[in-house]
Formats: sequence, structure tokens, C-alpha cells
Amino acid sequence: MNRQSVTNIMIVGVGGQGTLLTSRVIARVATKMGYDVKVSEVHGMAQRGGSVVSQVRFGGKVYSPIIKKGDADVVLAFEKLEAGRWLGYLKQGGLLIINDERVDPLPVMSGETRYPDDIAERLARLVPRTVVVDATGMARSCGSARAANIVLVGLLTRAMALPAELVAEAIQEMVPAKVLDINLRAFETGLEYGTNCRLKVNLA
Amino acid sequence: MKKLMIGNEAIARGAYEAGATVGAAYPGTPSTEIMEFFKEYEGVYAEWAPNEKVALEVGCGASLGGARTLVAMKHVGVNVAADPLYTFSYTGVNGGLVLVSADDPGMHSSQNEQDNRGYGKFAKLPVLEPADSQEAKDFVALAFSLSEEFDTPVMVRVTTRLAHSQSMVEEGERREIPLKPYVKDAAKYVMLPGHARLRHVEVEKRMAALRRYVEESPLNRVEWGSRETGVITSGVSYQYVKEVMPEVSVLKLGIVNPLPEKLIRDFAGQVKRVVVVEELEPVIEEQLRAWGIAVQGKDVLPRTGEYSPELLEERLLGRKAAEAYALDAAIPPRPPLMCPGCPHRGVFYTLNRMKLTVCGDIGCYTLGALKPLAAMDTTICMGASIGTALGMEKARGAEWARKAVAVIGDSTFVHSGITPLIDVVYNQGMSTVIILDNETTAMTGHQNHPATGLTLNNTDTVRLDLESVCRAVGVKRVRTVDPLNLKELENALQEELAAREPSVIIARRPCALIPGAGLGEKSYYVDTVACKGCKLCIKLGCTGVYWIEEEKLARINPDLCVGCGLCLQVCKLDAILEGEGKE
Repeated sequence: MNRQSVTNIMIVGVGGQGTLLTSRVIARVATKMGYDVKVSEVHGMAQRGGSVVSQVRFGGKVYSPIIKKGDADVVLAFEKLEAGRWLGYLKQGGLLIINDERVDPLPVMSGETRYPDDIAERLARLVPRTVVVDATGMARSCGSARAANIVLVGLLTRAMALPAELVAEAIQEMVPAKVLDINLRAFETGLEYGTNCRLKVNLA
Repeated sequence: MKKLMIGNEAIARGAYEAGATVGAAYPGTPSTEIMEFFKEYEGVYAEWAPNEKVALEVGCGASLGGARTLVAMKHVGVNVAADPLYTFSYTGVNGGLVLVSADDPGMHSSQNEQDNRGYGKFAKLPVLEPADSQEAKDFVALAFSLSEEFDTPVMVRVTTRLAHSQSMVEEGERREIPLKPYVKDAAKYVMLPGHARLRHVEVEKRMAALRRYVEESPLNRVEWGSRETGVITSGVSYQYVKEVMPEVSVLKLGIVNPLPEKLIRDFAGQVKRVVVVEELEPVIEEQLRAWGIAVQGKDVLPRTGEYSPELLEERLLGRKAAEAYALDAAIPPRPPLMCPGCPHRGVFYTLNRMKLTVCGDIGCYTLGALKPLAAMDTTICMGASIGTALGMEKARGAEWARKAVAVIGDSTFVHSGITPLIDVVYNQGMSTVIILDNETTAMTGHQNHPATGLTLNNTDTVRLDLESVCRAVGVKRVRTVDPLNLKELENALQEELAAREPSVIIARRPCALIPGAGLGEKSYYVDTVACKGCKLCIKLGCTGVYWIEEEKLARINPDLCVGCGLCLQVCKLDAILEGEGKE
């Protein structure tokens, strides 16, 4: 990792999926690693089931809290359609992680327009470094589908070669005690999956 | 030790470290977390006021009473508080008073994107604008000193990208500031015309002193680079400039009112081209033009929306940000929507079916304007629904009122719905007002308010009884219904619309996101034989119910359904059944 350059991680999903916690965990880890860190979050109306994005930037010195188009090292999508919506932010050679989860937006639910069923496959064909993972299913087998965000954190930890013990520490500090066990299992599951899928992001 | 903080936490920390002991606010995105963080500190009193005007008045009192005081609100909240603000500028302070205005360029969660730096000039206040969380903390702390030194309330203006971005903050110790003595001084604090005339002179002297101060203030600084281009900027725009144009000279303004004329002239004189980078209004740019300094600004940068690094690259450097991958597929939009089990859904479904004109208000329920519910005609500002409905009735006649309602949330009603309800009674309107009482301020993340019976600190207090308030102002027809019971709701509406006098229907059900809201026990499924694909349930706009085009059938998503039972009530074919079913 070049300590001078800035690493950009974009976390996208549907309001209520836990993107905020994920960005905060990653930011906490980057802090523990001694980086300058900025995080941009979405609060308010979009959290009511809208498209949400949070952005984590860390490096030697970070100015802007938001990522430029075509400049994200990683786009971590909690939902397939959102991966497509925010794809323009991914840099050439960047890593696209897609939770294989479909949440229909209102115009699809009402039958006004169609959900592009094959969107994950199309993204995987377009972006060479794509991982499609059933994080929700994996989280469910850990005890709660809501821990999908932490499964994805585990996968990201491996993919970016982040120190797993620091990530686990951050999770322990930030996840409510009563769901900590489930989340630590979810983290292990994500780590394991990340090890097996052998993807590494060369940080800048 | 350094700590990551969102701007709002840093603001609260800055006030705490500066010795503030009183805080007052009304929740509003992106300002809400400021008071939620502030209340956590030892030795402070913090409250949710019923609205921003009251919050600032409490702040005025606390300041005159000798305490350093923090008042926080979103940009449009300052409009509500503008009346005390303009005159508090005349009286000046005793203990320092800092008013945080959280603006929302891009309108992530607002009804307009007004630029509250304008208040600085208009109300004659110093306005500070931090560019990251560390500055937010430091500027707020300094603002208390400035407030006392110059005898003025000080505005700290932030934007969503500052309020809701995290960056590193070095925490400091709290300074214990003793309460200042209170000395009766009617000439300063009683704004009779005779007193106010003298105070206005003092205000102008103060502004002159501030104009001298800003020339030397460490909050305004030059970072020299190439002399080809000199950028004058403030707030988060500074970060974008540093990100995409690291080579240029920058005059970073930490105080945006008053502006440092000499510093700006010196800077402009030493660079070939001056560019002002400021979101929204050309506040800095216009002042430079008035001083006869040639600048670029809104001729190349937009006056609307948020800025971003790629926007500056494109407009100032002529470089278009490269998208590495482009997907050739239409991505359906994903607007925000009411949650499954939301008690507002049935109300808007019913209003839509009854084809009523609906004067709406500010809150989660404003989403009732979106398809498929599409049951809202107007939304202006907090509390506007009731006055708007009365005005429509007065313009179009009594018959109109029989096909029109006002809808307003519980927190919004307390904020500014009571006075227009008095107007309806006083001027003999016939409006039907629906108070959507979900027992919280939901949109901003579940804050208490007077009608929840709980304070900011979650301690018990006297609960404002909405039924009693409505009766007390003279509404005779006040009734309470369960908004998850569609029949009851529609009957109530029909009766109250027919009544030739004002009426209030309180639709009471806790927000579905409050733990213990009583949902989640039942589950439903679609009987795929009985379902004929009429889509009535789809028209509820609930994420728990979806449409399968191939089968022309509705289905229920058991992961999302919380068992509110609305779809069961709207289905005419009894095709929605209780239980697990086989999906």
C-alpha cells in the first residue's frame, strides 16, 4: 500500500441495508492503520428505501470527502441494481463486489418498468474483477440476513488485504453487543469466502 | 488522540470544549445529530424545542442569562427563527451564542436549497464556514469567543457534506466558563424603538470592527501556489479545489461575512486570474464585483446543486471525468418510499381513492406524493398544510372544502400547525385536518417532541395531548382513528368532510420502525389461485408486495412484510391470507 496515495471505497445499496455501519467499520480500520480518513454518508430521506451511497477515502492526506467518477478502487454493492447505478465511479481495473440480492424499486414493484434480471452477469462480463456473492444467504446461515453487510466486510478485508484482527476489533467496537456473535460469525464467513475467491486489490 | 467524527459531532464537541452549558434545537436534516451529540456531555442542558423560533428564543434567554449557548437547525429552520435572530443581532449577547445553520445544497432531504450565508449580510452577523470536522470543532469554539468579544450572535454555516462527512478530529479539554452575571439593561435588551435606534448604531460599529478583525483572522488564509490562477473559496468547496487543482493559489475563507476586502484585493492583485468557487449563491463573487475585482464564478460554475471534484475538473479545467465502464442498460430509479407497515400508507391510499385535494406537509409522509399513492397536491414548508387548505377553501368556496384535506405529522403539527388551526376556527373555515400521529419525529430518525411525553434525554415529561389542543382552540369535531383500519378511516373522512365546520382526525399509530410498534407478529401470503392480478394491493406502494409480470400475479415478500394487513384489507378477492403459505 502506497501511504501517499488515496484509496477510494464506494459502498452502495438500498436505504436500511446497513451501508452506514459498513463504511464506519472500514473507516475505523483505516484510522487504526494510521491513515488520514474521510467518510461521506447519507442521512435523511434517502434512508427510507432509496438508493444510498457512502464513501470512504483513506491515505496520506485526504481532501475531498467524496469520490470522483471513475476513481473508486472498490465499489461494494449491497444490491445488484445499485451496482449498475454506481458503476460509473469504478476506476479502470477496480474491484466490483456485488451482493447477489435483488430489492425491487417501486417502479418495478408496481410493474411500470422491469428489473434487469441479468444485471449481475452483465456487470461480471463488463468488469474483469467482479465478485458476485450471496452475502445475504451466508448471513442468514450465520443467524441473521441483516448481517450481510459484515459478510461483505469480511470479503473486502481479504480482497484488500486489510489486517483482519483490526477489522474484527472495529466490529467489536461498533456492533451492538446483542448481535455481536452473529456478526463475528458473518465476518469469519466473509473472510473465508474472500480467501477462497483469491482476489486481491493492489492498493494504488 | 485523534478521532473520526461527522461534522455534527465535531460541532457539539466544539461547543462542549468552549464551555457551552445550554443547547436548543429542532431536528432537521442535516442538523439533527448536533444536539443529539451535545446532550451526551456532562454539565450541559440540551432540549428539543417545539420549533426553531422557540429554540433560538430559549438560546437568547440562556445567553442573556449569562451562559454560552448552542442553537442548531437546518437552513429552512433559520427562516422560522429569523424573527428573533434579526433583533437578537441588535441586543447582542451576554454569554456567547452560536447558531449553527446546516444548509442542504443538492436538497438531499429538503424542500429548497437556500444559501444561509445570505443571513449574515441581512441580519448583520459574522458567519463562519468550516471545511472539515476539525475546523467545525475549532470554529465553533472560536465562534463563542467572537460572540462575546464583538457582542453578537455568531452563525456557523455548514452544509450536508460537512455535517455528514467524517474526518479526523483532535479532541481537547473542556474549558469551564463561569456563568456571566446578569445585569438588567433595558436600553440593550428591551427593543423599544428608542432603544433599537441606538442599538442599530452599535451594530454598525460592530460590523466595522469585524471588518477590521477579518483582515487579520487566522480563519482566512492564503495558500500560495502558481500565480496563474487564484481561487477564493470556503467550506467543503475548498476540499474539492485542493483535490483537483493542487497547484493553484488558494485564499481559503473561514469567515464568509464580513469579507476581508484588503486581503482579497492583495490576493487578487497577485494572481493572473481570480476564480470564486462557492456552492449556490454568488455571495463572495458579488462582493468582489462590487469592489471592481474581475472574477470568474457563476459564469462557469452552476448556481444550483452540490459541487463535486468532477464538476470542478470539467468546468474549470475542461477535463471530463472518465467513466471506466459503461453499462448499456437502463437502471430503474429507486426513489425513497414509505417503509412496510408505515401507518401513513393507508391514509394516502384512502385519500387517493377518494380523489381528494391534499395539502401536505413536511415529513416522511411527503412521500405520499409519489406514485402509486400520488395523494398530495401541495407541500411548501413546515406547518403550511393547514393554512394552505384554508386559503384554497377561501379562494374556491365551501364546496371545495368538502373534497379537500390537510395532512400534517404530529411533530410538524406541534412545530407550526396549531396557529393555522386557530385560523381555521377563527375565520370559520370547514377544513378537515388529518394529524398523522406516528408518535415520533420519524424522518430525521425518531426524535421526541412535546406530544411523545419524553424529552431529548428520553426522560418523562408532561405529554402534550393533541386531542385537547385541538378542542381547546375551538375545533368541536375531533376524533381518533387507527390508520391501519381502512374502513374506520374512510368512514371518518366521509363524515368529517361532510360536516360544515372544522374537524380534526388524528390517525394514530406508532412509526413501524419503533421497536414494539406491535407489528411483525403476523405474516401473509398470496393465494395464487384466488389472485386475478387486479393490482389493488400493488397500488399500496409497499415493498412487501410485488408484481410478477410473467404470471400476472402479486406476491408477498416474507423478508419485508411486517404484517400490517393493509393488503388484506384492499384485496376484493380474499386472495391474501394469513400464515406462511408457499411462495
